[in-house]
Amino acid sequence: MALIGVAMIISSCGNGSNKSSSNGALGSSAAEKVYVAPGQQDEFYAFLSGGYSGNLTVYGLPSGRMFKEIPVFSQFPTSGYGYSEETKPMLNTSFGFVPWDDAHHPDISQTNGELDGRWIFINGNNTPRVARINLSTFETEEIIEVPNSAGNHSSSFITENTEYVVAGTRFSVPVPQKDMPINEYKGNFKGALTFISVEPEHGNMDIKFQLLMPGFNYDLSHPGRGDSHGWFFFTTYNTEEANSLMEVNSSQNDKDFIAAVNWKKIEEYVNNGGGTKMPADYAHNVYDEGTHMGTSTMKKEVLTVDPLKVPGAVFFLPTPKSPHGCDVDPTGQYIIGNGKLSADLTVHSFDKMIAAIEDEKFDGEAYGIPILKFEDVLAGTVKSGGLGPLHTEFDEKGNAYTTFFISSEVVKWKLGTWEVVDRKPTFYSVGHLMIPGGNSRKPFGKYVVAMNKITKDRYLPTGPEMEHSAQIYDISGEKMELIYDFPTHGEPHYAAGCPAELLAPKSKKIYRLDDNKHPYAVSNPSEARVERNGNEVHIYMSTIRSHFTPDNIEGVKVGDKVYFHITNHEQDFDVPHGFSIIGQNTSELLVMPGQTKTSIWEPKKVGVWPFYCTDFCSALHQEMQGYVRVSPANSDIELSWSLGE
Amino acid sequence: MKKASLAMIVGSALLMGLFVFPLWNIELGAPQYPEPLGINIYINGLQGQSEFDIQNIDGLNHYIGMKTLPKPEDMWEFSVFPLVIGGMVGFGVLFGALGYFDKISYHWFFGWFILMTILGVLGMYDFNAWLLDYGTNLDPKAIMKLVNPDGTPMSYKPPLLGHQKMLNFDAYSYPRLGAYFMFLGMCLTLIAGYLGWKYKKASNLNYST
Ligand SMILES: [Cu+2]
Repeated sequence: MALIGVAMIISSCGNGSNKSSSNGALGSSAAEKVYVAPGQQDEFYAFLSGGYSGNLTVYGLPSGRMFKEIPVFSQFPTSGYGYSEETKPMLNTSFGFVPWDDAHHPDISQTNGELDGRWIFINGNNTPRVARINLSTFETEEIIEVPNSAGNHSSSFITENTEYVVAGTRFSVPVPQKDMPINEYKGNFKGALTFISVEPEHGNMDIKFQLLMPGFNYDLSHPGRGDSHGWFFFTTYNTEEANSLMEVNSSQNDKDFIAAVNWKKIEEYVNNGGGTKMPADYAHNVYDEGTHMGTSTMKKEVLTVDPLKVPGAVFFLPTPKSPHGCDVDPTGQYIIGNGKLSADLTVHSFDKMIAAIEDEKFDGEAYGIPILKFEDVLAGTVKSGGLGPLHTEFDEKGNAYTTFFISSEVVKWKLGTWEVVDRKPTFYSVGHLMIPGGNSRKPFGKYVVAMNKITKDRYLPTGPEMEHSAQIYDISGEKMELIYDFPTHGEPHYAAGCPAELLAPKSKKIYRLDDNKHPYAVSNPSEARVERNGNEVHIYMSTIRSHFTPDNIEGVKVGDKVYFHITNHEQDFDVPHGFSIIGQNTSELLVMPGQTKTSIWEPKKVGVWPFYCTDFCSALHQEMQGYVRVSPANSDIELSWSLGE
Repeated sequence: MKKASLAMIVGSALLMGLFVFPLWNIELGAPQYPEPLGINIYINGLQGQSEFDIQNIDGLNHYIGMKTLPKPEDMWEFSVFPLVIGGMVGFGVLFGALGYFDKISYHWFFGWFILMTILGVLGMYDFNAWLLDYGTNLDPKAIMKLVNPDGTPMSYKPPLLGHQKMLNFDAYSYPRLGAYFMFLGMCLTLIAGYLGWKYKKASNLNYST
């Protein structure tokens, strides 16, 4: 009994001292805050655009671990995306097959202004496109090309019920395109702001209308929400309409504009038969989960709207000084324009804007579009003392966080009072930042991820080029705390994040074989076969640990076009099989459980050529192989195939 | 005797649970399988604990040369067991009803219980024999041939009841809801016999006074 008493005293002493240390200043280390132990999972998903990689990468927060790269606009040999016959149509455009893009701004679908986790959208900047990715399969399901646009930069932001995803052009161009002198840009070029409707059930995209705006550069955009739902805001630069030495010539005006677009008004105008149909040429590519196949359709027409035909739909808000980021706070009241050549942030008030419009207090016009008076719409200015403000995100406690590119820092400030609360350096040259849900009415303000352009001395050097670096700050307290650095792939421009519980439970684990409607699928290994059609040879092949059916094929000839249609018969989570054959002028395939994919091989040499599984699938993965016998073009060897003979 | 007969009817009817719920479950778990693979054993066939467990267990087992898990048409048991259980339920309810109207004595209740116990033991014996064959009758061309320290071929027989470590897997074998219904039902029929005996004794005493 006495022993127990002593033990209790000792243990309670121990507990006491533990407690005091965990409450102390050094009690919680940064490492503890980002450490996700083996077997544990992250609290948030973060989707970072890959910039010039053309893809989207998935990370966990707070660990910074990368889970997946989702191919979107770029061919991806890891899975065969853009190489397999089923996915090649996804990269079709009016310029032909474009297997790359510059992917910038992801945005997660919303319902009532809150993230619903159904899809994520991302823009291709270079060959203007918008893609939709399904967030249960994490696969690109749809890509729509945007005609009359060039440099699809102020994209792909979505309205609060995912009614529209926008695609605003960064570069103005002749609409329609034509051969004309470049120095006649001013007054002749146009900037198309494209509103792509999203079908509520399946998410299918369609261009509803294109607003043909004056020839400025439309940089970034953001939808209104709450009271300002129905409006969209676009920052502009080069209101000078210069066409050469832009760094000087487009930075002359003290103020450029934020264009406020009442899309509900234009939608109504269009629904009542307004707008002009214009010939156009653009691709619409859709991937079907049932057939595991993409199809590309060329569209021939687009509906354009002249803003002057819809009075009261478009206004300009003067904003200093070449504003870049255009962000709307969770209540929808404040529109933040960050003048990238300025030290201060300009915040406009939606209510003041509406009042000024009602009182018709205009300060002139640009190409017939009313310009509101700066003082009449200004809600406040954040005097920060930083340099080069770019982007702003929000937490749920009324704070905003703005990145400063030139002074490399994140500045926290209060909405309404405009006072700066805290500032922390970033390493180095920060672009966008992201708070999960920071783009919605309901942010989850626990972490902010800063995406930096320059990495320099943060990691072991890897030659002149480094992967870009992101940094995680804990923003749960009054002051921000830098808790982690992690390298990112490509050049992340922007990111979207959401709580893990929104996506993890509905993430698909397999494709059901009995739902596979691919025309070349085999639902049972007994259906595996080889068929000749002229010089085309179609091989219907199945895979299961650890063999292909069939594994010996004869009767193929030099000059044949051989289609391997591979169906993976596994119905087990995360058990793909790969396929590749020697001398293939394309990539391998990675076929998910229950999926069918097709690869083309054009044998050029007589011989007996092996194929094998490229994904280490089991203890006998190395034995997962087979042979194709290739005979001379004039050979009369009959097609035959076998397994286990 | 009425109480005893009602207990007999309810008790034997509870065996009907075997037509709805699994009798037994064998589960295979390992750190590599955070969601364990499992087989639910019904009197008329096997089902995966999750939809594709049977296919995935067969996929794993083929490395060590085990046969694929039987389909209902592969084993006579899966067509005979439902008849046996159905028959026993029929007889049980009939005996209960006859007892209710004093046409038969409680001896029939005990008789039913003893027959059911014998059939149950035979069933378990048969089940164990199948497990033994499944776990030891391996394909001579098996990809992996594992032996015990004494050189004899390793057996992969899952336990009849309880837990057993098999290579990196933990195998658990336990009765499920159908079996509990049967157990409860048989207890009730035993109680029915006892109540019938007590009733008989009491009425005998009454006659003698
Ligand atoms: Cu494989």
